Amino acid sequence: MSGQLTITQLEKKANDVRQDIIRMLEAAGSGHSAGPLGLADIITALYFNIMNIDPANPEWADRDVFFLSNGHTVPVQYAVMAERGYFDVDELKTLRKLGSRLQGHPERTKLPGLENTSGPLGSGLSQAAGYAYSLQYIDDSKHRWVYVVTGDGELDEGNIWEAAMFAGKYKLSQLIVFIDRNNIQIDGSTDDVMPLENLRGKWESFGWHVQEIDGHNIESVIDAASMARAISNKPSVIISHTIPGKGVDFMEYDYKWHGVPPNKEQAKEALHKLRTLNGKITGEHQ
Amino acid sequence: MHYPLNPDVYNDDVALEPIRAGFGRGLKAAGEANEEIVALCADLTESTQMHLFKEAFPNRFVEIGVAEQNLVTVASGMARAGKIPFTSSYAAFSPGRNWEQIRTTITLNDMPVKVIGSHAGISVGPDGATHQMLEDIALMRVLPNMVVLAPGDSIEAEKATRAIAENGKPSYMRLARDKTAIFSTEESPFEIGKAYVLREGHDVTLAGTGAMTYQLLVAAKLLEKHHINAEVVHVPTIKPLDDETILASVRKTGRVVTAEEAQIIGGFGGAVAELLGDQLPTPLLRLGMQDRFGESGAPAELIAHFKLDGKSIAERVKQFIDDVPRYHQGF
Repeated sequence: MSGQLTITQLEKKANDVRQDIIRMLEAAGSGHSAGPLGLADIITALYFNIMNIDPANPEWADRDVFFLSNGHTVPVQYAVMAERGYFDVDELKTLRKLGSRLQGHPERTKLPGLENTSGPLGSGLSQAAGYAYSLQYIDDSKHRWVYVVTGDGELDEGNIWEAAMFAGKYKLSQLIVFIDRNNIQIDGSTDDVMPLENLRGKWESFGWHVQEIDGHNIESVIDAASMARAISNKPSVIISHTIPGKGVDFMEYDYKWHGVPPNKEQAKEALHKLRTLNGKITGEHQ
Repeated sequence: MHYPLNPDVYNDDVALEPIRAGFGRGLKAAGEANEEIVALCADLTESTQMHLFKEAFPNRFVEIGVAEQNLVTVASGMARAGKIPFTSSYAAFSPGRNWEQIRTTITLNDMPVKVIGSHAGISVGPDGATHQMLEDIALMRVLPNMVVLAPGDSIEAEKATRAIAENGKPSYMRLARDKTAIFSTEESPFEIGKAYVLREGHDVTLAGTGAMTYQLLVAAKLLEKHHINAEVVHVPTIKPLDDETILASVRKTGRVVTAEEAQIIGGFGGAVAELLGDQLPTPLLRLGMQDRFGESGAPAELIAHFKLDGKSIAERVKQFIDDVPRYHQGF
């Protein structure tokens, strides 16, 4: 386990990850900004606290596994993996470049440590459910956990609800899903494009244990995962309310930042703001 | 090498069995040999013949319900957990409904998931065009990393199932609903990527995939009366195509006819056309579905209606030989 970092240290780590994301996206010149920034706290908590993993041995047979279902947010996963020691932080600037292991959307065969290939939305949850089914019903491997992050716009996909029905039927209790509930998708707010509410009721009616948290409160993220592991007869979904673009005020809440990177000036300003925030994190928790 | 044909193959009472029955037996045998093999079905367990596996290994069978996108993506996840998943449905639904999931989570992701499309071709019969999958070969053949098989009879389907269980690759296998003639024997060879000369000849190469190979044998027999000596090549692996065996035959005969129960555009005929266009341009007649859908009818009626029975094929081959010059003589 790797739960040695304090909450304050995890918050600082998530801030480092956000700065990595800004630098990566600026260097790449394309990619998604809002989603990765919004997920930095959850993914940091997963890799630095929640999951039982070994960066030096990514195929370790006893590891917990992580499936990113909304593959377009992969810059945050790459940044966290680099910070966690899967590869050198320097490699992050190869994102989306020819020959890079860091493809624009994640490809399992390119980078050790990735569990799946995703990008086209709606399939990661099914893959994770298949993995969880194997652990629960075939391997009788009760000590391993399967974590998933999905977007909320992604929930428009029919494949998601096929997976939800499947996991509910088989009571896949080792399956724990974080929904990045940031309320935006490419064409606008999720409410305008395709309303998702009553979201809690939908998952409950499919047989899932549902929690709702502030997806930027790392302590809540860790506690919710712990609660989810304690639920032994249902799959768990954690509706995680997040702010798209979190940490960079001119990106926050604005769906226009869903699919574009910062330019040089914007990146400079974003990094300045994140460094300022980092100082505040240290201050608050001392 | 001599290919042992069923000695009764040219008799009217040749034994018949659905190709899918061989899959059912092969999957059960594969499951006995390797405990990592699991089977997933989308509410068509008996129809796709997975029930034999389910009865033998209930703990390794997963009912998915009518959800083909979930079928292949759950399988992808199980493969990541170390399993060798076989998925089955009707070909019209899988890979018809879930092509992108197969592309991203199986072929690009390089997971050894087996997609089994039963009830392919017009011989599905009365269910009509919606259920007569004709585009599956094209859909699967275009995917990098995908092995594509169309075994010719139930005996070969059993061998093919055993073979893909152990090939470690994404694989698609097309099966048919109706009973078809058994032309091979238990002793006949089967290897992924190999085509087989079932009958030697020098006037024309008749290359078939799936159950159409039987119709080509019948046609070759009928063509003897017209003093046409046809070579019949059976091509159960559409990808990777056995270029060598096909080209060797074509160099000898100088004319090619392909036959399949599928769209010739992008299908097996398309694959052979690409090979010949690249390496050995040769007059080619592609028999199959000519850019149209099927319709309801009895299987044999439909095969005859679309001129894919042995007798119709013999007539079409004769006309083809009368119409086009022979290439490559003496190559």
